[in-house]
Amino acid sequence: MISSFKKALESGKFVVTSEVAPPKGTNLEKMPHHIELLKDKVDAMNVTDHQSSVMRFPSLGGALLVKEMGGEPILQMTCRDRNRLALQADLLFAASRGINNVLCLTGDSVVLGDHKEAKGVFDLDSCQLLAAIRRLEKGKDLGGNDLDGSVSFCAGAIVTPEANPIEPQLIKFEKKIEAGAEFIQTQAVYDLDNFKKFMGYAKQFPVKILAGIILLTSAPMARFMNKNVAGVNVPQELIDEMASAPKGRALDKGIEIAGRMIKRVRDEKMCDGVHIMAIGREELVPDIISAAGLI
Amino acid sequence: MIRSITRQKPEEEIDRLLDGLGRVFIIGCGTCTTLTKTGGEPEVRAMKERLSGQGRLVTGDMVLPVACDNLTGEALNEYGQQIDQADALLIMTCAFGVQTIARQLEKMVVPALDTLFIGKENGIGRFDEICTQCGTCILGETGGICPVTSCHKGLVNGPCGGTNNGKCEIDPEKDCAWTLIYNRLKDLGRLDSMRTYQKPRNHQGEPSPGKFILSA
Repeated sequence: MISSFKKALESGKFVVTSEVAPPKGTNLEKMPHHIELLKDKVDAMNVTDHQSSVMRFPSLGGALLVKEMGGEPILQMTCRDRNRLALQADLLFAASRGINNVLCLTGDSVVLGDHKEAKGVFDLDSCQLLAAIRRLEKGKDLGGNDLDGSVSFCAGAIVTPEANPIEPQLIKFEKKIEAGAEFIQTQAVYDLDNFKKFMGYAKQFPVKILAGIILLTSAPMARFMNKNVAGVNVPQELIDEMASAPKGRALDKGIEIAGRMIKRVRDEKMCDGVHIMAIGREELVPDIISAAGLI
Repeated sequence: MIRSITRQKPEEEIDRLLDGLGRVFIIGCGTCTTLTKTGGEPEVRAMKERLSGQGRLVTGDMVLPVACDNLTGEALNEYGQQIDQADALLIMTCAFGVQTIARQLEKMVVPALDTLFIGKENGIGRFDEICTQCGTCILGETGGICPVTSCHKGLVNGPCGGTNNGKCEIDPEKDCAWTLIYNRLKDLGRLDSMRTYQKPRNHQGEPSPGKFILSA
């Protein structure tokens, strides 16, 4: 069955995806609220997988919740915590429950998370996980054995357009597409002129690209990302603009900036859509979409 | 030359391991742990002073020439009496030495060091892990730089998204292996090698524990 997200990607419309993060624990009150708020406003919702190597409720469980509530989930899967048996098993389970969109990620190091002494698995990498998905679709597992029952996925990956140096990143980007990525959600981009240059290169490939938009919540948060998040570069003008917001109105300014950027991406037809990350402030995504003039 | 790289365990851990063991014989190594200053003459002497200060009886000490050598048994024999008097052997060699000694003597062994990796000396006082003996060498496709070892995640198809200005996401002092590999292959005009998809690695090239028997 073709997922509604895949249909959206193929329709040529401006696609909007967002994120929901499973909780630390079993209290699922907040997540359904976010799903309810977003499910009719975005084309799909990523469900993060132990984001930043912090142990949480599983992405598979979260994706199931999205599905049960009538939303369209994108299951994020990192290679950090499961070997090839476990990854394939979870893909089979996802397929059996109608979860047909997967974002394949390497995963952050366990050293950066809240279980610093854990073993990082990385039995597969993101390219190999994509290839594994395509193999499962052909009815075979990675051991070469036949599968009873078929699976079909819309598989994607990520790229960091601002990575330095960029060349090794682009080689990996091309390998991901060759391995079977149909869509790419980018790391956050803020310098849209730079992003246009990246798209000038990326457009030659048969893949749909959604520009990553992270909501700026304050000037210090922007500086923190510049210092600590690989491949994220918030230009000084945007930091100054955030700092110029009246006291207590920084968030409104962040929403305005995100909306403005999305509008420009769309108006200038830079790429196929956007992926909005409002890390911890998912309830603001409708406001961002509204500021972008999309609803 | 390759060396076994070690780091002394925290004093609290050594004290816990020696709990109830009043008489101790200390063994160092004249090779790798002397070079890394973790188990040579000065370190053995300092350990002896610390343990004596705690009221323990150090029955003797020695620095073996090469603790992992099979001749270690004979060298230990010379100290037979002092070793016999000890409740335990506190060993300041790498884990190869600890196990070689444990096989020779009917004594409780207590390692004073943690063995970190088999490393190559790259400049004075600097040791790097460059091979983890994975059993499925891909150096021929990566310009002679091992991503299985030098990439924190052991990735074989290129860098992750955590690479930053040519450094690793876990430590700005560590080089990103894939930046190094890219630069090397570019210089060699062999970037095609990096573009080639590497299939999932065989993690059972030689199932652990490794064993090799020379055929007659």
